[in-house]
Amino acid sequence: MGVIFLLILIPLIIAIVLLAVKSDRLRDPVVIASGIAIAAISIYFAVSHFGGVVFTPWTQAGGVEFFGQSADAGHLAEGVGIAMMVIEAALAVLIIYLGIKYKKALAVVLAAIQTPLLIWFEQTRGHDVPVSSYINIDNFSLIMILIIGVIGSMICIYSVGYMKDFSRHHAGGKDRRPFFFFMMFLFLAAMFGIVICNNMIWMYFFWEVTTLCSFFLIGYTKTDEAIRNSFRALIMNLLGGLAFVCAIIVMGNYFGTGTLELSQVLEVGVQYKIQAAAQGMANTTEPVVGLIATLLAFAGITKAAQMPFNSWLLGAMVAPTPTSALLHSSTMVKAGVFLIVKLAPVLGFNSAVSVVPGFIIGPGFLVTMVGGITFLFASMAALSQSNAKRVLAYSTVANLGLIVACAGIGTAEAVWAAIMLIIFHAVTKSLLFLCVGTVEHNIGSRDIEDMDGLFGRMPKLATFLIIGISAMFLAPFGMLISKWAALQSFIDSGDIWIILALVFGSAATLFYWTKWLGKMTAVVAARESIENKVHGSEWGILGGLAAFTVAVTVTFPFFSKGVVVPYLGVAFSDIPEKTFEALRMDNMIIMMIMAVLIIVLALLFYGRTEKRIVPLYMAGTNEGDNLTFTGAMQKDVPVSLRNWYLEEVFPEKMMNRIGVIATSVFLAITFSYVISISISLYLYIIEGGGV
Amino acid sequence: MSTVLFTFYGNELHVSHLLGAVLYIVLAPFAGGFIAGLDRKVTARMQGRFGPPVLQPFYDVAKLFGKEKITVNNGQDFYIMCSLIFMVISGVFFFAGSNLLMMIFTLTAASIFLVLAGFSSNSPYAQLGAERELLQMMSYEPMVLLAAVGLFMVNGSFNVGDIVTSDIFSFKYLVGMFIGYIFIITIKLRKSPFDLSMSHHAHQELVKGLTTELSGKTLGILEISHWYENVFLLGFVFIFFARGQILYAVLGVAVVVACYFVEILIDNGYARMKWQFTIKSAWIVTLIFGGGNLFVLYYVRTFLQQ
Repeated sequence: MGVIFLLILIPLIIAIVLLAVKSDRLRDPVVIASGIAIAAISIYFAVSHFGGVVFTPWTQAGGVEFFGQSADAGHLAEGVGIAMMVIEAALAVLIIYLGIKYKKALAVVLAAIQTPLLIWFEQTRGHDVPVSSYINIDNFSLIMILIIGVIGSMICIYSVGYMKDFSRHHAGGKDRRPFFFFMMFLFLAAMFGIVICNNMIWMYFFWEVTTLCSFFLIGYTKTDEAIRNSFRALIMNLLGGLAFVCAIIVMGNYFGTGTLELSQVLEVGVQYKIQAAAQGMANTTEPVVGLIATLLAFAGITKAAQMPFNSWLLGAMVAPTPTSALLHSSTMVKAGVFLIVKLAPVLGFNSAVSVVPGFIIGPGFLVTMVGGITFLFASMAALSQSNAKRVLAYSTVANLGLIVACAGIGTAEAVWAAIMLIIFHAVTKSLLFLCVGTVEHNIGSRDIEDMDGLFGRMPKLATFLIIGISAMFLAPFGMLISKWAALQSFIDSGDIWIILALVFGSAATLFYWTKWLGKMTAVVAARESIENKVHGSEWGILGGLAAFTVAVTVTFPFFSKGVVVPYLGVAFSDIPEKTFEALRMDNMIIMMIMAVLIIVLALLFYGRTEKRIVPLYMAGTNEGDNLTFTGAMQKDVPVSLRNWYLEEVFPEKMMNRIGVIATSVFLAITFSYVISISISLYLYIIEGGGV
Repeated sequence: MSTVLFTFYGNELHVSHLLGAVLYIVLAPFAGGFIAGLDRKVTARMQGRFGPPVLQPFYDVAKLFGKEKITVNNGQDFYIMCSLIFMVISGVFFFAGSNLLMMIFTLTAASIFLVLAGFSSNSPYAQLGAERELLQMMSYEPMVLLAAVGLFMVNGSFNVGDIVTSDIFSFKYLVGMFIGYIFIITIKLRKSPFDLSMSHHAHQELVKGLTTELSGKTLGILEISHWYENVFLLGFVFIFFARGQILYAVLGVAVVVACYFVEILIDNGYARMKWQFTIKSAWIVTLIFGGGNLFVLYYVRTFLQQ
């Protein structure tokens, strides 16, 4: 079967085609048709492979089969490897050129180090390392394929209408939409690559492509701000890329006889953990595995926009809204958490021992602390934001923090919570971003204050926003259930710092979502509907995503049982004494029933009243329209209501600063850990030990 | 006493669970209304007044139900109805001995619906009240969750049923949590100095805050919903003491009565503070008493295991 290769090839070919298409009349059907095709293939592929068995279509022993044509795995892989290396070298030259052009020295330096480093490694060592399986697809990869294929395609289709308005709003410059759609589809192809590769050199290739895609998409408008922010994103992600290359070098040189496969590192790490635990040394990591995991986790942290690197994702909102939706929901940041969650079985830490300085500081410790701190401070930073996209961005950073913290805990139930968070977040956040995009184009602002009475002006859109916001934080909807699961898994593993971060961060989350939700539900008198100007394609996608949001909420217990638990069964198969689901099935079903109850109540009773509707109470006589009252001296006073931002108690800058400093401290500790392991490895090798 | 009615995904539903739920649904409004009446009586006496009859809250609500049917918009009643439904559900979880966290999250949902009712009116007073209510929620929420975590760590279960029947005197290990919880139910019971969003006292500058735009039956429903809420907020105090013995149950009830009396005393003894004080004091108390207790618990347990 070669369907899996189609998932990379089709978006790639479409991307190249779209680069050449200049007219709307041709582009629209191509984007819509290929979006539907990609989604359909993803669903078909995922559904036909869900089962828990790891699917390996490209192995040394079994060869590779492409629609009946089988090829020698090694030869083909070599060809692919060379092609990737050539492209990487070209991309590095491109970065260096752009870095020089825009005077960004750091980008030049990073690109000039990491790509030659990797090429050097491949020439001297990587070439000889045998690879047994190039591609491993487990249920988690399939979940990611569904998210990328379905949500990602939906965002691309939404862009068709949105980008027409966008180029009208930004008229004057050159129409760069062919380039935009090229990047969007290329992004999808690269994401499919990341989630299926077991050969880390290949994964790195796709990883770097996503970095470049986001760089170009963020800088799309080519304003000064866009260029500045795109380079910030590029530099931070290149830093992660450098760590990725270092991880590959360590894998090839110091891991047993050398490997390039993630699966082998995980297997050895898990076995070591079990043996150590049997000898009474719980939470010990094999040093080389620890080193590799730390480097890869660092790469994941930069890509997932965790503090201290969160600023790139906030800067990314200068891009057109579909880009933000794509970066936040189904691609880019999800690649970061995907890698970290993959590593979860070799992570894990116990706070009881790790607070004793120097006693144990491993990758799990780094990941958990960075995630927990990011969740807490990003949530509190969101309190003072009135720009809808910034609220969404901080919420993304915070939720990814929670996912990262769960992965750091490294138990099966914490990973269950992490995967649930990934799913719910992808669906809901894409809905919210796209809603804000449509609102912005129709009311001319993305400020929550200007969404006053949106329920009157854009009733359907406001309903979608209400669904999205509720799903982000309100019981009994998805995200809250995952948070509950996360809390349960933190308690079970005894990580008190993270419990504290979670309870305080959740309280802040409650505040900033509800005050936005309040704005949406406010019934403001006498507004005309302006919804008829929204593109049909936008409605289709928004409605679809809203329906998805509801659907995942009411079907998740079954999805958990059928898909997530089998994955955990494979990933944690060797580790004894585990619970897979953080929540008991009966509780999940009860939550599901409550969700259905809210939906039914809303459908049956919302907006129905037989009561007489009377004017509001105001500080003076209400003039009858609920918008003005008669104040002192018989003056007409218009009423305008503003949300509450608590800047005084939760200043955004300070929240960011504390978070960045705290996470930097942990990164510094980790850096010293990496150095110390590297030195001891080096000494061990010159003494002739070999590893 | 415990006959298994049926099994629901491995969870046995006993007659006692069902009995608890039914008794709560039927009796809680009466108990809650009665507590509210006593509250007003005791408050009056503290202020040197005679006070209304103890059953006054019931008369008030009965009167509200007979009022003219008016509303400011067609959405508000829906939110208040949802608020009541979810309040009752969370109480049912509690008295049926179900999961404490599930109860807390459902309670949060009920409170959110109340806040939305305030927002939906788009009235200046109600919206300010709604935002203050949110601030109050943000203030008390961490401590409520931590108290549940503490009870779990001591009893090994989140199920209220297990917590009250297990032979562990939770209070002994959770003194800090208990202090923290008592601090935040002052906010939850809307007592001065934390009655920011709405108040029974005349010093409230927001007229009736969150409830400004509610009238008649809807306001009556909200009142009943408060009665339901207060009963299990006090029930939460009780479970710190329960350990499946009559003597401790009596102790629990005595503490609940004492706590409520202290709340009334605080209510009458303080003027309302600024909102900054509410959030800061609540979070600091939560961190010191709740967080501190959690650390002690965890380290003591780890130490004992070694």
